[in-house]
Amino acid sequence: MNPIIEVQDLVKEFGTVRAVDGLSFCVEEGTITGLLGPNGAGKTTTIQMLLDLITPTGGTIRIMGKEYALSREEILSQLNFSSPYVSLPGNLKVIENLLTFGRLYGVKNLSDKIEELVDFFEIREFLKKLTYNLSTGQLTRLNLTKALLNDPKLLLLDEPTASLDPDIADRTRILLKRIQKEKGVTILYTSHNMEEVEEICDRVIFIQHGRLKDEGTPAELVKKYGREDLNDVFLHIARAEK
Amino acid sequence: MFMRWHRIQALLIRHLYLYQRSFPRIMDIVYWPVMELLVWGFLSMYIEKMNVGGFNAVTVLLGAVIFWDFLNQSQKSVSISFLEEIWEKNLLNIFVTPLRISEFFISTLLVGAVRLILVGIILAVLAYFMYSFNLFALGFALIPFVLNLFLFGWALGLFANAIILRFGTSAQILAWGFLILIQPFSAVFYPVSALPSFLQPIAYLLPSTYVFEGMRSVIATGTVSTAHLWGAVIANVAYLLFMVWFFFKMFAYVKREGKLLKLEG
Repeated sequence: MNPIIEVQDLVKEFGTVRAVDGLSFCVEEGTITGLLGPNGAGKTTTIQMLLDLITPTGGTIRIMGKEYALSREEILSQLNFSSPYVSLPGNLKVIENLLTFGRLYGVKNLSDKIEELVDFFEIREFLKKLTYNLSTGQLTRLNLTKALLNDPKLLLLDEPTASLDPDIADRTRILLKRIQKEKGVTILYTSHNMEEVEEICDRVIFIQHGRLKDEGTPAELVKKYGREDLNDVFLHIARAEK
Repeated sequence: MFMRWHRIQALLIRHLYLYQRSFPRIMDIVYWPVMELLVWGFLSMYIEKMNVGGFNAVTVLLGAVIFWDFLNQSQKSVSISFLEEIWEKNLLNIFVTPLRISEFFISTLLVGAVRLILVGIILAVLAYFMYSFNLFALGFALIPFVLNLFLFGWALGLFANAIILRFGTSAQILAWGFLILIQPFSAVFYPVSALPSFLQPIAYLLPSTYVFEGMRSVIATGTVSTAHLWGAVIANVAYLLFMVWFFFKMFAYVKREGKLLKLEG
């Protein structure tokens, strides 16, 4: 297996606070990997550094074997991101948003691509609606549609099922598994729902105080810590130092 | 390594989508400039009727109003396009695409050009039919003057955006108020000589001053003052270089401090 993300000794300091403290991990190509940790563990800062939205204080990030300093455009053209906390412009119609982001990514045969994804995510009926009129579930599907416009090799998903009802959340997980299987996309996934992580992730990376605490498959970690499930493992790790 | 047209075009079209159905944006292009033109137009006619020393009020004042609005449209298009992304919480979405910051600003420059052309047409037609003022009587001088105002507005917009990046949306008032600060020193409606002597050197630090002085010179003599033109170009180059540097410096700062997304509140 090839590592698609290689993080080595990553450090981020904000003044005197060390949000990420020598973090190292790899994400293998074609997997769904959960990035887990309690609030303030450094997940969001790490994701933002992986997206080149925050400049690291130290360490290296290699995505698809490349670094942002030399290959930003190449990396970002093969990567995408989706989060329910980041909405697309509400004052644009759904189709206008898709056309805008398709053009930003330089998608060839954009109309065909949009057609394909519109059917995949079943969003045709609201293509002409203004985005701020969509429900939470519809927005999640739109965000995922946007996230797949450029056929990314790597998808970073920040709590993609947060604030969704159990039915829509389940459908979203099924969709994500379908995306991974049919399109071979590598997914880095953050969530506080351990049941979901256990169901969907091939591997998980636990971080705490900005450092790698542990990693492995959900089953390996459950076995290693002698707990019932991943939720118990999370509680054990998060409370251990308290 | 190079800027890509498809990304610039994507953002240009994204903003044009909004203009199709946004009443406040249409107001910005039509309502405010037209109201301003009407007020200054009637005032100019009144001053002309009073026949104050043969002063051609309609030409001088209306030319100044229209030129000032060019500068205004240019600066606002850069700042509002940037604020639009902050208000819509879209900065993350666009900056995780391969979009370069330079492409972002070229797109705002083009949005500004579209606004300027629309405002220019509306005001020129209205001024011609209502006040018999022919903007194009300035001849070819019109082009370099307008271009200089356009670039200066862009540089000021970049500066306002850099301050918004650094201090957050509490500084967004700059998007509307910044130009007012330089208006008294730009000699828009009066010559530089009307300013107190200690303010005159400050006025000559602004490219806009050379444009308005140059415009009056064309109206008075019928010839283009190359000194004014070069003054505007040189000052503009200096402002543009500084503002671009300053913006990139602030952008690097917010990326280092993790403040880019915090702008969105």
